Amino acid sequence: MGWIVGSIIAVGAVGVTLIYGILGVGDFSYGDSMTTAMFAVLFVVSAEGANLGFQGGSFGPLSFGWGLVVGLLLAIVVVVGLVLALELLVYRRLRRRGGSFFVFAIASLGIGIMLRALVQLIWGPSNFRFVPGIHKAIEITEGIRIKPDQIFIIALTLVIGVGVYLLLYRTRFGKAMRATADNPELAEASGIRTDRVRLGTWALGGLLAALAGTMLGIQTEVRFDSGFVLLLPLFAAAILGGIGSPGGALIGGLVVGVSQEVSTRWIDTGFKPAIPFIIVTAVLLLRPRGLFGRDA
Amino acid sequence: MPFEELFPTLVTFSGAVNWTVGFLTTVSFFAILALALNTQWSAGILNFGVAAFFMAGAYASAIFTLDPPQALESYIGGWGAPVIVGWLMAAVAGGVLALLLSIPMLRLRDDFLAIMTIGVAAILRSIANSVDGLVNRARGLNGLPRFLEDIADKITPGEEYRWFALVVALLFVAFVYWLVSRAGASPWGRVLRAVRDNEDTARASGKNTVAFRIQAFVLGGVLMGLAGGLYAHEIKSVAPGGFSNVIGTFFVWTMLIVGGSGNHKGVLLGALAVGFFWFGVPLFQESLPDWLGARVFQVRQLIIGALIVIFLLWRPQGLLAEQARVSRFVRKKPEQQPAAAEDG
Repeated sequence: MGWIVGSIIAVGAVGVTLIYGILGVGDFSYGDSMTTAMFAVLFVVSAEGANLGFQGGSFGPLSFGWGLVVGLLLAIVVVVGLVLALELLVYRRLRRRGGSFFVFAIASLGIGIMLRALVQLIWGPSNFRFVPGIHKAIEITEGIRIKPDQIFIIALTLVIGVGVYLLLYRTRFGKAMRATADNPELAEASGIRTDRVRLGTWALGGLLAALAGTMLGIQTEVRFDSGFVLLLPLFAAAILGGIGSPGGALIGGLVVGVSQEVSTRWIDTGFKPAIPFIIVTAVLLLRPRGLFGRDA
Repeated sequence: MPFEELFPTLVTFSGAVNWTVGFLTTVSFFAILALALNTQWSAGILNFGVAAFFMAGAYASAIFTLDPPQALESYIGGWGAPVIVGWLMAAVAGGVLALLLSIPMLRLRDDFLAIMTIGVAAILRSIANSVDGLVNRARGLNGLPRFLEDIADKITPGEEYRWFALVVALLFVAFVYWLVSRAGASPWGRVLRAVRDNEDTARASGKNTVAFRIQAFVLGGVLMGLAGGLYAHEIKSVAPGGFSNVIGTFFVWTMLIVGGSGNHKGVLLGALAVGFFWFGVPLFQESLPDWLGARVFQVRQLIIGALIVIFLLWRPQGLLAEQARVSRFVRKKPEQQPAAAEDG
């Protein structure tokens, strides 16, 4: 279980750490971007989508079919469009006025409140599932049972990790992103169009939020605050990995996810949400720049 | 929404008066929260966990003032202390929570503090909800005593306790306003503003900036805890579900941003305006068209989020801007100084 939740946190944390590291924005609405993606997928795979002819089918042993692929595409369009609009309408204006981390944080807090309210306006406070009913687990080896969907989630996480690595370290755009993260003024002076890099980073962050949200929807119930409650684990994973380090965020996400699940063997489940908190505190005390961070 | 239960509807004149009394009493608690948040914000500390301090105070006061648990209840404490002792412990609880959360500040990571505070309320709710024998889990703590209820009964017998409660709440707002204004005008407050505006300069002048910020954070925590204690005895019961981030944290942030962060008068104005909007909107629910009336709570949440963004973009100083303050030993207009010197 921990590995599945960890994979989802990992993918989201890569988005959080890129937005944080490259744009200097601690995006407190990131969880709600994930929620928005979940509801975009839900719109396609639920009854509304069935009327459009997208719902049916499933791939082999997986619980979902083409409907989910279409839903994911819609989610990507919606979330990427949303974060790009927010950059142009809100964050860019605040940045030009010399906005600090604090101003961005409060703005994203307000945006998150609005997104959760909007989702509740449309869908109400109920729980939904992409595919109703119980999905059977298969036994791989003795004693280890896993659902095909969960194998898919872990595999997708690996693919996303490799994809982000290739983008950042094997393309010119990735190089420009890393340069902007290191020193925005210097990057600008070297002819990098930092405004475009910022839009590209938001788009990548939105894409990862859409993927993470879809994965979360496959794994758990879909609710207006499904993404919001992951906010602390997401940031904890990004901090553990070192802000701005996507590889670190991937590992950080897995550590946070697994330790949350493992912790319940020794402590009351009520303390489970405190695990990411304890991890952040420990990182701050022992290694303030995180596992793979470059500077403190 | 437990807060709405305090308000009768506005059908008659006495209904309107009663609503206003209940409204002002409740808004008082939020005004204290907003003033406390402003104290922290004025020191450059971002606290996204106001609900957690509010909750810690409410529970602390409940534990100390309740009688021992009955059958089917289980909670620690239950010492039957006077309400005033409960309030004191509420303030202590808020302060202790702030102290525990100060670790990122020691490491000069104020951004991490903001991140950690956003999860604290959820952690406290989760613990309160599921740990046996701590605070009666999801059922919460009920039947809290009210402040000096027996004495108030003699002064204003019958149903008129709400007037007494309002006076007490307003006195606390006045006290907190006086306290944070005095603290802000003191040399201590001057250092805090210096720390916020330019930490390096403050440090270069020999100030231990970390200690100053932790003091400001703890002072804010103490006042938020106190607000929680006041609230608990007004509503007479506390349960984990009552301390959501929406009402406990985001609502207060909107008051601060709308009113004018950095300016205590602005914060009071913001508390009144945003509070009036928040608690006033449900009154018109029935006269709204159905499609809107059914969604009035979500619309109201949408608007408090939108207000934060709108004010940050178009009126970052809020309704009342922070006044630039200089020492009273410096003449207000430097260009007049030569003339003044001639007079002397």
